[in-house]
Amino acid sequence: MADTRNNGGTWSGASNVETTVLGADEIILNMGPQHPSTHGVLRVKLKLDGERVVDSECIIGYLHRGVEKIAEHRSYQQFAPYVDRMDYVAAVSNGLGYCEAVEKLLGAEAPPRARVVRTILTELQRIASHLLWLGTHALDIGALTPVFYCFREREEILKIFEKYCGARLTTHAFRIGGLQYETYDGFEADVKRFCEDFATKIDEYETLLTENRIWVGRTKGVGKLSAEDAIALGVTGPVLRASGVKWDIRKAMPYAAYDQYEFEIPTRPTGDTYDRYVVRMEEMRQSRRICLQAVENIPSGPIMAKVGKVLKPPPGEVYHAIEAPKGELGYYIVSDGTTQPYRLRVRPPSFINLQAFDRMARGSLVADVVAIIGTIDIVLGEVDR
Amino acid sequence: MAPVPLDNELVQRLKARFGEAIREATLDRKQAIVLVAVGKLREISGYCRDEEKFDMLTDLTAVDWPKREKRFDVILNLYSFPKNERLRLKAHAAESEAVPSVCAVWPVANWLERECFDMFGIVFEGHPDLKRILLPDEWQGHPLRKDYDILKQDTAWVRENLGIESGQ
Repeated sequence: MADTRNNGGTWSGASNVETTVLGADEIILNMGPQHPSTHGVLRVKLKLDGERVVDSECIIGYLHRGVEKIAEHRSYQQFAPYVDRMDYVAAVSNGLGYCEAVEKLLGAEAPPRARVVRTILTELQRIASHLLWLGTHALDIGALTPVFYCFREREEILKIFEKYCGARLTTHAFRIGGLQYETYDGFEADVKRFCEDFATKIDEYETLLTENRIWVGRTKGVGKLSAEDAIALGVTGPVLRASGVKWDIRKAMPYAAYDQYEFEIPTRPTGDTYDRYVVRMEEMRQSRRICLQAVENIPSGPIMAKVGKVLKPPPGEVYHAIEAPKGELGYYIVSDGTTQPYRLRVRPPSFINLQAFDRMARGSLVADVVAIIGTIDIVLGEVDR
Repeated sequence: MAPVPLDNELVQRLKARFGEAIREATLDRKQAIVLVAVGKLREISGYCRDEEKFDMLTDLTAVDWPKREKRFDVILNLYSFPKNERLRLKAHAAESEAVPSVCAVWPVANWLERECFDMFGIVFEGHPDLKRILLPDEWQGHPLRKDYDILKQDTAWVRENLGIESGQ
C-alpha cells in the first residue's frame, strides 16, 4: 500500500474520493491494482480519518478484454470457450449458464442424462470455487493453514474435471445442446468417493476457523450489509443470503436438474463477514448433498440434443440466469437470425456485488478492508470481462 | 417462436396508469417485455418497484441498432422477490437523447449505467457521477456500438499511455 498525502495523488482519472475536500485529519490511501489481497487487479481508493474508512472508490477495468464485443464476431459455438475466461475459477458454471441461455434461445433442451451430469459438475465446481475463496480469504486475514487444506480437496475436484474433459480450469465442459463427452469409466465412483471424504474435510476446516478467537474477532460485525441494502444494490448469491434473504435461483427458477434434488438454502441474519463465511461453508455441504443424490441415479440415454451443426436461433431475445458460486450469472442474448449473436450481455455477479463494497467498508477500519474484499468473493476476470 | 403480443393484468395496470407511454408489450420465449417511452422511464421504474414489487434491478444494458431512427434499446431486467417473476423494460433512445437515470430507484444502476455510458455513449440524466468505468477516462469512442470495429482502438491513447504503436 502506498501512502499518499492530500496533494500527492498523481494517478490518472477524476474520482469522487480525490475531488472531495479533505478534513484536517483525513488522508487518501491507494490500494492496488497490484496488491495480493485484492485478488487480482482491483484498485481501491480509500479516504481515511485515522484508521476509519470515510469513503471509498473501486477503480476497475484493468482486465477488460471486451468479451461482449468478441461475442458479436463469433458463432454461438465459437464463443463458448470465452465464457470460461470470465470467472476463471468457476468455468463450469459459466459454461452451464451460456449453454442453457443459447438452448433457450434455440428452443432446445438438453437430454436428461446431460442435465444430471451438468448438475454434478457444476456443484463440484461450486465446491471448488468456495474452497478457493475460503483458502485465500483466510490467508488474507492471517490464517495460513486453511489454504493448504482447501487446495488439497480442490485438487481432487480438478482431477475429476481433467479426467472428464481434459482440462482443469478453463474446462469448456459443456456444449450447446448437451455434452460432447460421455462420462469416463469410474466417474460415479470418483464423485462418490470425493463426496464421502469431503464431509469430514469441511469439519476439519471448521475446527480451524469457526470458533477460532482471532477469526471470529476479525470477521464478526465486519462489513455489515442489511437485506434492504443488499437488494437495492442488486447483490446476489451467498452475500445476499448471509443478509437474511432466502433466495437461490436453483430453487426460485430451477434449471439443469435441480428440481429433482433435495437441498437447503442456508441463510444467516446479520450480513457480516462471519455470516458469509458460515453460509458458504453450509453451501459446500449442500452441494455435496446434491452431488451424492445425483450420482446415485444418472439416467441413461443420449447426451446431446439434436440442435444441428450450424446454429441459427430465430430472431428474438432471451435472458437466462443461473446461481453461479458468486451469485446470479445472467446471459442476455439478442439474435438476428444469423449464426452470430447480435448482442450478448453478461450479467456478472462479481461486478454487481463489488458495487456494495463501498457500503460495507464505510466506517470500518482500514485493516478490515482486506477482509471485506475477500468476503465479497470477486474474480476480476468477471468484474472487468 | 416469434414474439407474441402480451396482455396480462400487469400490462393492463401499466396501460391504465401510463397510457401512451406503454408502447408495446410482448412475450418472447415466455419472457415478458414491455416497451416504454424513454421520457417516462424513471416514473415507470418507480411504479414497478413500489406498486408492482419489482424490488431488484437485475441488469441494465443496451443494444445498438444503428440503422434505426432511435438507435439504442435501453434494457432493464427486473426481478420481483415476492412474485418470483422477471420483467424486461425496454426503451428506444436516439444518440443525442438523454435517458433518465434510475439510480434513485435502484442504487445498483449506478455502475450499470456507467458501463452503458462507457460502452455505448448513452447519457443518463440525473446520474450522480456519470463517467467511464471499464475503459480509461480519456479513451475516445464507445466499443459496443456497431460502427466501432472489433480491431479498432484509441491508438493515440495506447501510444501515449502504453508506449507502444499497436495493442494488437
